[in-house]
Amino acid sequence: MDKLKRLSECVAAGDAESAAALAAEMLGSGADPQEVLDGGLIAGMNAVGGRFKAREIFLPDVLMASKAMQAALAVLQPRLAAGGGTPRGTVVLGTVRGDLHDIGKNLVGIMLRGAGYRVVDLGKDVPPERFVEAARAEGARVIGCSALLTTTMGVMRRVVELARAAGLPVKVIVGGAPVTADFASAIGADGYGYDAGHAVERVEALAGDR
Amino acid sequence: MRPTVRFLDDALIGRIVDEARGLLEKLGVEVQDPGLLDVLGEHGARVERGTSRAFLPGALLDRALATAPRAFRLFDVLGDPTHDFTGSKVHFTPGSSALNVLDWPAQTVRRPVTADYAACAKVVQGLPHIAAQSTAFVPADVPDAIADAYRLYLSLMLGEKPVVTGAFTAEGFPLMHELLAIARGGTGDLRAKPLAVFSACPTSPFKWSRDTARNVVDCARAGVPVEFIAMPMAGFLSPVTLTGTVVQHTAETLSGIVLHQCAAPGAPFLYGGSPGVFDIRYETTPMGAIETMMIDAAYNEVGKSFGFPTQAYTALSDAKRLDAQAGLETGMGAALAVLAGINSVSGPGMMDFENCVSLEKLVVDHEICGMALRLGRGIEPREDFPALPRFEELLREEHLLISPHTRKYLKSEIAFPGPVIDRASRARWAEEGSGTLGDRAHAEVERLIGQWTPSRLADDLKGALTERMAAAAKAAGADALPPLP
Repeated sequence: MDKLKRLSECVAAGDAESAAALAAEMLGSGADPQEVLDGGLIAGMNAVGGRFKAREIFLPDVLMASKAMQAALAVLQPRLAAGGGTPRGTVVLGTVRGDLHDIGKNLVGIMLRGAGYRVVDLGKDVPPERFVEAARAEGARVIGCSALLTTTMGVMRRVVELARAAGLPVKVIVGGAPVTADFASAIGADGYGYDAGHAVERVEALAGDR
Repeated sequence: MRPTVRFLDDALIGRIVDEARGLLEKLGVEVQDPGLLDVLGEHGARVERGTSRAFLPGALLDRALATAPRAFRLFDVLGDPTHDFTGSKVHFTPGSSALNVLDWPAQTVRRPVTADYAACAKVVQGLPHIAAQSTAFVPADVPDAIADAYRLYLSLMLGEKPVVTGAFTAEGFPLMHELLAIARGGTGDLRAKPLAVFSACPTSPFKWSRDTARNVVDCARAGVPVEFIAMPMAGFLSPVTLTGTVVQHTAETLSGIVLHQCAAPGAPFLYGGSPGVFDIRYETTPMGAIETMMIDAAYNEVGKSFGFPTQAYTALSDAKRLDAQAGLETGMGAALAVLAGINSVSGPGMMDFENCVSLEKLVVDHEICGMALRLGRGIEPREDFPALPRFEELLREEHLLISPHTRKYLKSEIAFPGPVIDRASRARWAEEGSGTLGDRAHAEVERLIGQWTPSRLADDLKGALTERMAAAAKAAGADALPPLP
């Protein structure tokens, strides 16, 4: 079987040990690390994403695949850095100011990493300015804001305003239990994710990756 | 600890059984078959020819109880074991013998035809929490004389699960037995590996019709399991008190066991029933009444006091549509049946006082059955002690989503219903079309029919079944069998 296909299957199956070993073997035999990343790891995660969307597998399966991808990525990373290769781009993520609920945000971060994005997690109780500063500093393509409270979701509007005012080429996606698509639209956000899987889909769409 | 529910204490069960024994001895039962009265007489019953009554002394009853088996198993058409009727193991079966089917597009009831029956068989095959097929309704497109056997024929041709069925007449049993033997490869193999359970319903109060009595005896002699379905009706044809109705149910069921064991000692059976309360306002017998469910659980306790495997008609509803009442009554019945440890539960898919089957309701009920079965597994420690390492892991990893412990126990600890039961966020639900329960159920019915694969029963056996059924149809006046969908 084609080694890239085998690697993608190891990732999809959440077999971290085999994924890392196979990635090392492929590099050892002269494979292009970017090709290994794209054709093995990302391909595996894309397959997982498709099955997740089709409800054939669930969050833990995606996380296991993500873990396998990270294990293989750790093998590739030195060569990728040397060759300038990077994952799919950076997403700045955080729970907005006044809100200490971060479970949903953490899930989104895990899923985004699993989908191949670099995630800069600002944590919880994050001021609006901090989102924009981090986006500028990290060269982020997407800012993700999370809130669990109706009293804090309004902070998201300020994040959008500051991002627009800064003139950054960054999209803002919002989510969290009280947040709706209508609210996202009303505050001028570029996207809305109703759960972690959906958030990844929206990020991919906003970042032009799908 | 298996969760359980009890309605009767041991002393009350003892008193109920004693009273039932007294009724059988003093009032006896009517058996509308002279030959079977003779059989009972030969075994020690006092027979009164003029009233066709047999009075069953305690000694006769005790002999029957002594020979009655306390467990048996069922096997699918391929010969693989599916049902273990022991202890508190619960198996769900669709409701049986409805006259109508709920036509989903029209939302009306109509007489079912072969295509409806085939659709039902295909759906049942795809439902893992439904352990058996039932001859769910009576196809109207074949002569009445062969309708009972024709249902069984369709089940044996289209499904692989064992079949809960019944003969409409005494004359109906031989053909049905023949079909079962063909599918199994012989009467001896059929006896060794039962493929069907036949319902046998006494008429309340204390009466065995000729057809039902003959079915009991014929099944016993053929080694085909029966389920005794006594149907006392509280407040009408049995005492209004639940205890009084259970006494009557006990007497009627024990009389069936006596007849059965006299015919063939050791023949297998389920201690079952379909009692109900009588709703004087509508002159109906609501199967979804909580009191009906309580009587079911109570007679199950009586049956288990003897050590017998049990059966009940519950986990069904009297609703006319797939509405909240349908879910409420079915859910209550399923949960109580599991807690009571009723071994064979007939009901999913059924509505309208056992008169109607809905395939859409069946797939909803299937998910209810899955949740109820989870309920029955209770709460047990599963590598939960000592607790410290798990919580250290939680604090370290910030979640346990992919903890080895989670991966090991996720699917056994948490039952995930779906796709009919809705657990999506509102946004996701909206994105997926804002469907109702009925919409999802109908889609699931169509999906299951679409993914059905033909039964793996050998082609030569299918051919033999069809040949025999076609001959019976011809003898009954039909030119040919309806085409098999």
